[in-house]
Amino acid sequence: MRKVIICVLFLSAIATIIHSCQNANQMKQDIYYVNGRDIYIKNCQNCHGSNGEGLAALSPPLTDSIFLKANKHQIACFIKHGINTSITVAGRKYEENMPPVDHLADIDIAQVIVYITNNFGNKQGMYTPEQVRADLNNCK
Amino acid sequence: MTTRDGKSSVDTVYQTIPDFSFLNQDSVYISNEQFKDQIYIADFFFTSCSTICPTMHRNMKTIFEKYKDNPDIKYLSHTIDFKYDKPSVLKRYAQKLGVDGNQWQFVYGTKDSIYKLAEYSYLVAVMEDTTSRDGYVHQGWLVLVDRQRRIRGAYDGTNPEQVAQLMKDIPVLLNEDKK
Repeated sequence: MRKVIICVLFLSAIATIIHSCQNANQMKQDIYYVNGRDIYIKNCQNCHGSNGEGLAALSPPLTDSIFLKANKHQIACFIKHGINTSITVAGRKYEENMPPVDHLADIDIAQVIVYITNNFGNKQGMYTPEQVRADLNNCK
Repeated sequence: MTTRDGKSSVDTVYQTIPDFSFLNQDSVYISNEQFKDQIYIADFFFTSCSTICPTMHRNMKTIFEKYKDNPDIKYLSHTIDFKYDKPSVLKRYAQKLGVDGNQWQFVYGTKDSIYKLAEYSYLVAVMEDTTSRDGYVHQGWLVLVDRQRRIRGAYDGTNPEQVAQLMKDIPVLLNEDKK
């Protein structure tokens, strides 16, 4: 009987640890999201809109989850270096240049990516500064 | 308004827009003639602007869509990028913004003519600035002009509350001394 109780206690302790870990990760993502919102308002919202709706054929919307998923590792490059080729988002072609936002640090880019990819109907989860650094080393 | 001998009259000296003539997005000269007996909203922008202009024109387009079939209201956007924003560039921009017809005019003029008109007539500060990334800085006023070329209001085109106020003021001005 004692063994059973110890076992149950042990398992529940493990479960609590795992659970709080997940909470800590979720917490970190939430912090990134909130900080990312401020960065978005300051650097992105003028063109992409407060609801990520874009602006006619001038700026693409940020609501195309399929595009964001397919270009997951290019988003950091788009932000840091801008875009000067035409891209197709949500079935529409966009040809205007996107200016680079090169004053953002890796962590800022990670935060704004978390905000964009978990808002406007997207749900891609966490993105870390390490991932951003790796992406920036592989920009096309 | 002031009252004199029991009669009330307007004693405000309004800022009035002088004669102008600029090339529009179709490379046609337009002047005050095209805005005669109409109210219009004027602003200053440039097509490669990545700061306040997209927001100003997002708001302006909302107003444009709302009054699309009303011939009494027009829009006049002056570019301050006299080096790059030639009429063909303005046309492209208008098309991409989803604006057609002649209700919303995008005009190009020499630096001298546009900057003077902005500063002394529409009272909007515009300037070249080599330290800013885009090369120009300017204020985001949407200037409401009445049928007699007088400025009746200026609204910050990046501020949702002021744009809402502009949308309230437009019908008032439209109903004023209608011909």
